[in-house]
Amino acid sequence: MTPLQICLLISALLFAIGFAGAVTRRHAILALVGIELMLNAANLNFIAFWRYGAHPEALTGVLFVIFSIAIAAAEAAVGLALVIAIYRHYKTSNLDEVKELKG
Amino acid sequence: MIWIVKNLWLIPALPLLAAGIIAVNKQPARKLAATLAIGSMALGFLLSLCAFAATLGHHGEGAFRETFSFNWIQFGGQWMSIGWVLDPLTAIMLVMVTFVGMLIFIFSVGYMAHDQNFMRFFNFLALFASGMLGVVIANNLFLLFVSWEIVGLTSYLLIGFWYHKPSAAAAAKKAFITTRIGDLGLLLGMVWLYAQTGTLNFYEHGHGCMEASALAGMVSKTICGGMMVSTAIGLLIFLGAVGKSGQVPLHVWLPDAMEGPTPVSALIHAATMVAAGVFLVARVYPLMAAGATPVEHGAPVTTALTVVTWIGAITAIFAATIAVAQNDIKRILAYSTVSQLGYMMMGLGVGGVAVGMFHLITHAFFKALLFLGSGSVIHGCHEEQDVRKMGGLKKYMPVTFAVYAIGMLALAGFPLFFSGFWSKDEILHSAHNWPVSHIPFLLGCTGALFTAFYMTRQVALVFFGNYRGHEEKSAHGHSAHAHSHSSESAHNHDPHESPAVMTVPLIILAGFAILLGFVGTPAWPWFDGYLTGEEFNFDFSKLTEPGTLSLMVASAAIVFTGLGLGWFLYGKRQRKTAAEKDVLEAAQPAIFKLLENKYFIDEIYEATVIRFNAFAAWLCDFADQWIFGGAVLLVKYITIGLAWLYRLTDEYFVNLGFDTGCEALREGGGGLSKLHTGRVQTYLRVIGVALVALIIFLIWGRKA
Repeated sequence: MTPLQICLLISALLFAIGFAGAVTRRHAILALVGIELMLNAANLNFIAFWRYGAHPEALTGVLFVIFSIAIAAAEAAVGLALVIAIYRHYKTSNLDEVKELKG
Repeated sequence: MIWIVKNLWLIPALPLLAAGIIAVNKQPARKLAATLAIGSMALGFLLSLCAFAATLGHHGEGAFRETFSFNWIQFGGQWMSIGWVLDPLTAIMLVMVTFVGMLIFIFSVGYMAHDQNFMRFFNFLALFASGMLGVVIANNLFLLFVSWEIVGLTSYLLIGFWYHKPSAAAAAKKAFITTRIGDLGLLLGMVWLYAQTGTLNFYEHGHGCMEASALAGMVSKTICGGMMVSTAIGLLIFLGAVGKSGQVPLHVWLPDAMEGPTPVSALIHAATMVAAGVFLVARVYPLMAAGATPVEHGAPVTTALTVVTWIGAITAIFAATIAVAQNDIKRILAYSTVSQLGYMMMGLGVGGVAVGMFHLITHAFFKALLFLGSGSVIHGCHEEQDVRKMGGLKKYMPVTFAVYAIGMLALAGFPLFFSGFWSKDEILHSAHNWPVSHIPFLLGCTGALFTAFYMTRQVALVFFGNYRGHEEKSAHGHSAHAHSHSSESAHNHDPHESPAVMTVPLIILAGFAILLGFVGTPAWPWFDGYLTGEEFNFDFSKLTEPGTLSLMVASAAIVFTGLGLGWFLYGKRQRKTAAEKDVLEAAQPAIFKLLENKYFIDEIYEATVIRFNAFAAWLCDFADQWIFGGAVLLVKYITIGLAWLYRLTDEYFVNLGFDTGCEALREGGGGLSKLHTGRVQTYLRVIGVALVALIIFLIWGRKA
């Protein structure tokens, strides 16, 4: 088993865990955590493909990942703000109860 | 240009204005209506005198003629111009119409005094005068036609003035429709004339349609049968004159027109309107006479003028014989008018404008006099019109009797002192010299005999003998004078003399009935010279020339025979009662019946023209109902069938198809909408499952 395969396995596992969390959790924050996990799995793939790819000296993978993490941070900020707003409005953070845009 | 020529339009405009003002005023304003109408006529008369004066003193230098035209409407590239003309013909007619009209208006004030619709009457009279004067001054066949139709309209309105009488309403319709037949000819002639010459102006410094160049163009062209175009147009225009002037065969309306008030009969159906036809022929005389075969002396001879002569001569004798057997005082005069109009036409045909117009003018005065006299008689006898129920009125109405006798003698042509003698003599003289045929002359002479006879009969029956009105009145009450007569006269059955407002116009007219003859005697042919602009002299010897003198003696003899016969049969031995048979009826019942029923012309028309018309109407109705109606019905059923088919298709095909489709879509949408829970996590789950499935598929697909 090559290091790349190990990395991909880990990242696939991570993604699966994130996905399961995002799909099954009813709490908004936990669903958001699941999404962050899937994102990190994707970042791990970027690093792995760069590190064991054709041009490890080009630094493209690192740049991509930094971008991606920055975007994920921004996204998490927006997502958390939304969750707080939803909570304030609906007095709940249970996603099943937040079904209506109108209100 | 003289000021009067430019302002000639004022003469018809004044009565028109008066009519307009009367029309918009509130009803009981009798004095205003009468004042306006009479005032406008009086002013018109003064202007006419000015116009007349302007045309005087041009003897020996050709006829005086001034025109004033202006462009009126444009169609295509051409302008229709209208205008008026002042020449002796216009001037003499203007003076006659305004003067006679004015007198009749004044008379009407008395005659219509009790009528409720006094204002309407004067409104129509003024409108009529306007139309008539328009006809007279027109220098344009189009303007003439418009005025002509105004005249026809007012004639209709005034004949039917007492429209609550069914006979009056019917007479009005008859008059309107009959004259319309003639007017159709006039209209066609007018259109044809315009097509030929490009103008409808009579005189326009050499470019008018009655002037040499246009006439030469029309003479040179012929239509089928070698008839000159000018002749054809002339005959068409003459057809209009036949209708308006009550010539055979369109004379039937004129006697019936006597249903109108008597002043109307006098003004419209004796003095002016019916003379409009004669005037029209005189106006288009150059057209009628165009292309004449040269004759050494006298008037030109053309086909058109020959037709005019024959129609006139036949009408003259025809109507005169009918007048013999009539019993209604106004009907006798009506047939007399028809007969005299025939004389005028004959005079135009055989002798030219001057001869016909002279009789027109003299006739206008004495026939207006006779009609107004008869109006006075009718008024005095409490609306009685049957001469058999009159009699002895000489005693009760001396003034009316005197003036009526003058009118009667003038109409009969009593020699030397009365105008009718001179004018009729001139016609007979011209007819005698007519190169084509002598029959019109003989017809005219016979007509003159009858004229003298029936007028004597009428006067004898009305004014001599004893009053026969009482028997009838006491038996039948006052049904004959139901309307327009106040109650105070009903208590007094004796006839009474009319008030001065009625007798004074009569006296004036009587004066003219005598004097007017002297302007056209053979010794001093002023009238002839005035109209033609030729030199003439006072030449007493012309009276005693063999031809003239013998003719005068002959016509005098004829008149005396007629007068004598009439007096012998009706004057000497008066009828005792109103119901007694007429002398002629006792002697010749068959002929009298024929004459009394006007040769059964109305019945013949009833049996031919009207039945044909009814048949044509029936045919049209049949065609309308079955042929066109059938076609329409067919279209209707086809449409209904198609509509039914469309509905079926719509309902069972289109609708059903759509309904089913829509139902299916709706249900499908309903099913699908269940998938949309609105839960992002559900979607995400689906995406995840789909992704796993896709990956499995890709992996296995790669292996395969």
